[in-house]
Amino acid sequence: MSHSTPITLYALSTCIHCKHTKEYLERCGVPYNCIFVDKLTGDEKKSMVEQIKKINPKLSFPTLVINDEVIVGFKEKEIEEALRNL
Amino acid sequence: MTTQELYEKLKSIQEPKGYFFNGDMQMTMDLLESLLVNKERYGYMACPCRLASGDRELDRDIICPCVYREPDVAEYGACYCGLYVSQDWNEGRIPHVTVPERRPSDKLLAALLGGED
Repeated sequence: MSHSTPITLYALSTCIHCKHTKEYLERCGVPYNCIFVDKLTGDEKKSMVEQIKKINPKLSFPTLVINDEVIVGFKEKEIEEALRNL
Repeated sequence: MTTQELYEKLKSIQEPKGYFFNGDMQMTMDLLESLLVNKERYGYMACPCRLASGDRELDRDIICPCVYREPDVAEYGACYCGLYVSQDWNEGRIPHVTVPERRPSDKLLAALLGGED
């Protein structure tokens, strides 16, 4: 179910840093879309990877987009500040 | 194999090499659980924090312990996913920072384009 929200988290279902990012966003009580890229297959997975590569050339996770800001890795302070600017 | 069995087996192998499990046991057990999930899913323990392709040969560098563990622990005191750390890291003698991804992204792209079914 996708929310209309300016926050999208590209994550892996097995990644601990992605889990911590999700937990932090939930503690902040902000709606966000979460895409588990490891659960995608075929062309959907490939096009998602191409999309992520445009905003995070390292293709690492978590990749968190808040409005047009991209935060790579679980960086609490950067996320907090980006949420404040929402 | 249970998470606890994996923990004990790996601990006895890795600690003598200077690689310690993250002192945050919840994090360590979560990560070991994820390794077992990936073993089930792909047939090998791909790093829980990297997108595996499903092709063992193309993912060889990210099979845990990944080839990036040594330089990452040397530089940051922790590996990329945070499962293995140095004693200094565990005892708070060095700061805990987000470890950046060392793996070249073209490896992932080659693995995804090459390894896809």
